[in-house]
Amino acid sequence: MANVHLEIKNLRARIEEKEILKGLTLEIKGGEIHAIMGPNGTGKSTLASTLMGHPKYEVTEGSVSLNGEDVLEMDVTERARAGLFLAMQYPSEITGVTNSDFLRSAINAKRGEGNEISLMKFIRELDGKMGTLEMDESFAHRYLNEGFSGGEKKRNEILQMMMLQPSLCILDEIDSGLDIDALKIVAKGVNEMRSEDRGFLIITHYQRLLDYITPDFVHVMMQGRIVKSGGPELAARLEAEGYDWIKAELGIEDETVNANL
Amino acid sequence: MSVDTQLRFDREAITAYSQANQEPAWFLEKRLAAFDAAQTLELPKLEKTKLDNWNTDQFQPFVTADKAANAAALDEVVKDQIDEAQASSLIVQKNASVVLATLADDIKAQGVIYTDIQTAVREHGDLVQKYLNQAVQADEHRIAALHQAVINGGVFLYVPKNTEVSVPLQAVYQVAGDGALVSPHIIIVAENHSRVTYVDTYVSGEGQGMVAQSIVEVFVGAGAHVQVASVRSLSTDVTDYTFRRAIVEQDGKMEWILGEMNAGNTVANNTSVLKGRGSHADTKSITIGLGSQRQNLTSQVQHIGTHTESSMLSKAVMTDEAVAILNGITKIEKGAEKANGEQAENILMLSPQARGDANPILLIDEDDVKAGHAASVGRFSEESLYYLMSRGISRKEAERLIILGFLDPVVAEIPVEEVRNRLRQALERKLAR
Ligand SMILES: Nc1ncnc2c1ncn2[C@@H]1O[C@H](COP(=O)(O)OP(=O)(O)OP(=O)(O)O)[C@@H](O)[C@H]1O
Ligand SMILES: [Mg+2]
Repeated sequence: MANVHLEIKNLRARIEEKEILKGLTLEIKGGEIHAIMGPNGTGKSTLASTLMGHPKYEVTEGSVSLNGEDVLEMDVTERARAGLFLAMQYPSEITGVTNSDFLRSAINAKRGEGNEISLMKFIRELDGKMGTLEMDESFAHRYLNEGFSGGEKKRNEILQMMMLQPSLCILDEIDSGLDIDALKIVAKGVNEMRSEDRGFLIITHYQRLLDYITPDFVHVMMQGRIVKSGGPELAARLEAEGYDWIKAELGIEDETVNANL
Repeated sequence: MSVDTQLRFDREAITAYSQANQEPAWFLEKRLAAFDAAQTLELPKLEKTKLDNWNTDQFQPFVTADKAANAAALDEVVKDQIDEAQASSLIVQKNASVVLATLADDIKAQGVIYTDIQTAVREHGDLVQKYLNQAVQADEHRIAALHQAVINGGVFLYVPKNTEVSVPLQAVYQVAGDGALVSPHIIIVAENHSRVTYVDTYVSGEGQGMVAQSIVEVFVGAGAHVQVASVRSLSTDVTDYTFRRAIVEQDGKMEWILGEMNAGNTVANNTSVLKGRGSHADTKSITIGLGSQRQNLTSQVQHIGTHTESSMLSKAVMTDEAVAILNGITKIEKGAEKANGEQAENILMLSPQARGDANPILLIDEDDVKAGHAASVGRFSEESLYYLMSRGISRKEAERLIILGFLDPVVAEIPVEEVRNRLRQALERKLAR
């Protein structure tokens, strides 16, 4: 498998005429884990959604490529098939579609007609991964995310990631709403997937998650851009001191995307 | 309108068909009386749908077809509809002919009668006469009268008391050829404490200006339990009119499962009359509106007895420029104390040009009752589509999953696996177009 290379250059995106991403540049390679931190409303989820191709976000400038291919030219389905995966901050609930039917459709969509996964193999894999994530088997037969608790939804996002084996995984606040045991379980799932052929972009507010999933790079996002990057020690300092020192250092008063640049 | 429209048949044609089938005189008389009445009767009055410009009477009622030697010799379109394993209790009608009629020996041995209607009037005349038009009268409106005049098939199902029929009895109705008509009259009698499931499907072949009109009369005896499932997959070239009505006695239970999967214009009225104390009716109906199709689908329950219970759930998916009017009528008569009627209509709109109207109507003449309704009209959620697509599922497949998912709470509850599968098949087929 080709090694992974995601390149985001000077990305600008808006929603309903409001510019939110204001020139963001970031590069992620196979084997790397990048963490993005930043105060509320600074554009972290917008970055994730824009990369995945959410129809509400309009890219106005910049480029995104995955292994040299232009991601911005692809529709959502094509991006997923190219290897992008987004564990969402707020996953949708879909009535009437069972979790396992959905997963099987997703896997087969990627494998293509004539190359469908056998039912036995699918069940074996699903059982195994649900085991790792300590999910009760009833979740396979429940409607997708319907009535799932916040933490159960997060686990289900990770289950999907583990089943689909994407090459670039974006996790948007996968730790919010998780109790400490669940956090460890989810981290275990992510760590199991660490590989030279896979990159991670992990959005989080808390050092806690990064205790279990050690990042190679930590970036701070403000005003719709990455304003500071460093190693794991940066996350530790943010946890201890908050964001004020960065704002002072960079002369930022309003860190949100509303700031006039 | 159509008093001055030239019909394509007359008293002589009706008489000839009746005689060719060796029907008893009383049945022919009923036909001719209905034919005369049809000249002056009005078309049925429907909520928000005018039938004046629909094809209600331009058809050739007596197009005959050859018998099939066995199930294997049936037309492919029919074979698709039957479960070969259970083809031993099956009636197949094509236009004005019964092409196959079989009943498993063990069911016959239980004293069950399951035969086409023409055989029934010949061999079980008294029994048929006792029930015919007891639920649906021939003079209710012009379509009922026209139907009675030209009944060209149907079935008579009689289950003796305390008898349980363990497998679903099946029927397939097929219409094919320009101007052809299929007009089955279906009578189901479940004596006290019996139990039976009847499943039918409607299919069509090539042809233009075809019509299907059917009347279903069900008599649920005390403590009896009847399930009727009907899956209609008629093409755009068929206009379909159906009137189904069940009369339910004390502690009896009537269950309707209706897959309105026609591609053409459709009128369906489905009514349960809860006559006996503690009787029960459950109606589940799903439809998909496609193209420029017009549908008027009514689910209705009339509570007469005390402690009667009903639930109705209708779901519709509307695409293209299709129009569907979903009426839910819960009527609770004076004296029906402790009655409880619930209904819900849910519509999923897939296109801005489509129209879906949910009309819940509660008519309550008694104080000591419970009744409720819930109606919703929702649009496709872009967010849900995005979510599914973000896992690599194509937009088309995502839409399909959401549509099937919307309908699944009804489909999944269908108690007979075979019916469930057949309905899923019909759904898939309609979505694939
Ligand atoms: N549909 C929308 N309409 C208007 N503004 C929007 C819309 N979606 C997002 N925004 C705005 O964009 C900004 C960035 O939002 P985003 O969700 O990307 O922030 P975030 O960094 O993920 O915040 P959090 O840490 O709270 O999750 C916010 O000010 C938000 O209100
Ligand atoms: Mg966010």
